[in-house]
Amino acid sequence: MLILTCPYCGVQAEETELHPGGEAHLKRVGPDGSDEDFEAYLFARKNPKGVHFERWRHAYGCGKWFLAARCTASLQVFGTYKAQNPYPPAEIVDAIRAHRPDWQPDWTVQHAQAESPAE
Amino acid sequence: MAEILAQVARIEGLAMITIRADLTRAGDALAEATGLPIPGPTGITTDGVRSLGWMSPDELLLILPQADKAQAMQSLDQALTGEHALVADMSDARAVFDVTGPRADDVIAKLAPVDLPRLAPGTLRRSRAAQTAAAFWRIPGGLRVIGFRSTADYLGLILSEAARPGTGLAPR
Repeated sequence: MLILTCPYCGVQAEETELHPGGEAHLKRVGPDGSDEDFEAYLFARKNPKGVHFERWRHAYGCGKWFLAARCTASLQVFGTYKAQNPYPPAEIVDAIRAHRPDWQPDWTVQHAQAESPAE
Repeated sequence: MAEILAQVARIEGLAMITIRADLTRAGDALAEATGLPIPGPTGITTDGVRSLGWMSPDELLLILPQADKAQAMQSLDQALTGEHALVADMSDARAVFDVTGPRADDVIAKLAPVDLPRLAPGTLRRSRAAQTAAAFWRIPGGLRVIGFRSTADYLGLILSEAARPGTGLAPR
């Protein structure tokens, strides 16, 4: 049983109140992208054993999409955050690090800053 | 023979108006037009006749007697002039049930994945009742449940089934 706290309404929603939306932080490949990149955007997913970022919709509630960080092996939830974040925020990263000291983010800060707010 | 857990009664004659707007911008105008304070997240405010519920960060639900609907729609439209907003009459889309009695919580607890003891008065909880979407909040003597009119028969049936005599939750 998975219980996630919706960051928009603060409700602790149980799995049946939510709708899964797959991997989070996918970036669409536009018309300039190569066929390989577009195919990867459509089909390639990380599917890790361990820390994973996911989209969820609070379907039987406020109806908003939000993002969650959790472990696919232990089902431990590290935190949830609003879908307006282009990358997981610092407190989520800290929460993951507290439990998984070896874990490394697979995005870089410059990358995040360059693309984040005004996009 | 044990008593039923709670009375389940379908309530008619309530109008519901959905308001979608940027609540931080239009909150004051809406409070004035509805005559009720704007509820915080998952809150519901009431003056005994009208209620204003928080549905999502950009959505409120005004519940009021059918007779006041036309005037309320008009004043809301006026209050939201110039805003990117929506005022929609949803009365016909909804069904309302009152579950009243000392063990009304048990009836809802069987149907919704919600921790009822932590549901404070003045909280509107959107969730599900068995297989259909529903929202509920505390009223004097029990809980009021709203659902879709299209599933009203089902909702009424599961509520009265869950209230059957001798089916109370712990302590048994």
